[in-house]
Amino acid sequence: MIHIKRLQEDGADVIAIIGEIDASSSIELDLAIAKSVGEGYEKILVDCSALEYISSAGLGVFMSYIDEFKDKKIAMVLYGMSDKVANTFQILGLDELLHIAKDKSEAKAMINELQV
Amino acid sequence: MNYKYRVGCSIENLKGVRDFIRKSLKAHHVPDLEISEMVLALDEMCSNLMIHAHHCNANDLFELRIIIDKDKPYIIFELVDDGTVFDINEFCEPSIDNIVHQKRKGGLGIRLVKSIMDKIEYKASQGQTVCRLTKNINK
Repeated sequence: MIHIKRLQEDGADVIAIIGEIDASSSIELDLAIAKSVGEGYEKILVDCSALEYISSAGLGVFMSYIDEFKDKKIAMVLYGMSDKVANTFQILGLDELLHIAKDKSEAKAMINELQV
Repeated sequence: MNYKYRVGCSIENLKGVRDFIRKSLKAHHVPDLEISEMVLALDEMCSNLMIHAHHCNANDLFELRIIIDKDKPYIIFELVDDGTVFDINEFCEPSIDNIVHQKRKGGLGIRLVKSIMDKIEYKASQGQTVCRLTKNINK
C-alpha cells in the first residue's frame, strides 16, 4: 500500500512517499524519518508527489517530530503535494506549522534558508 | 440511493473502505475535493472503531452505509455496530500545541472529523449502535 524510498542529494536526505498513508502504514513513514534522524541528517526533504492519500495517523507522524527537529536544528520541508493532500494539511492548519514547498527546487531553496 | 459495505475490524481493510466511499460518491458526481474530505473523515471514524472498540479483531464486523438522495443537499453516512460506543461529541480533542509538545501521534483525527462533517449523531436501536454523520454538499 505504501512504498518509501530514500536517496541522498546535495547533503539532504530525500524521503519519497509512494501510495497511501493510513493507520496501518504510518509506522513506515515514522521509521523512515527516524532512520534519517539516526543517520545524522540535518536536512530532510519529503517528496509527496506520489503521495495519494494521508490520514491523521500520517499527519501525526510529521507533527510528532516538530519539537525534536527544533532541538536538534534539523530542517524538514515537504514538497510536491497534490491539491487533495495539501487540503488535508490545511484543514487543521498544519500547513502553518510545517514547511511546505510547491516543488523540489523551491524545497531546496527553503531548506537552505532554514539552515542559515 | 443506499450503499452498504460490511467490513472486518482489521486496519488493513481501511483501503477497501476508502475505495468503496470514493466509488459510491463518484457515481453521484460529488466534486473530487469534497469526496477526499469525506473519505478522510470516514477513514478516521472507521479506524477509531476498529482500534478502540474492536482491538483490530478482523472477525468483528460493522456496516458502513451511505445514503444519497439526489434531491437533498446532504449525504448521510452511518456506521452500524454492536460494539462499545465512543461518542466523539463527548471527547475534548487536544489542542494542536499539546499534540506538538507531547509528541502525540494521535488526537488529530477527531478534530478532522469535526471540521469536515456538519452533524454527528448517535442512536441505539435493536442492540445496535448507529453513528450518523451528515455532510452538506454544494450542488
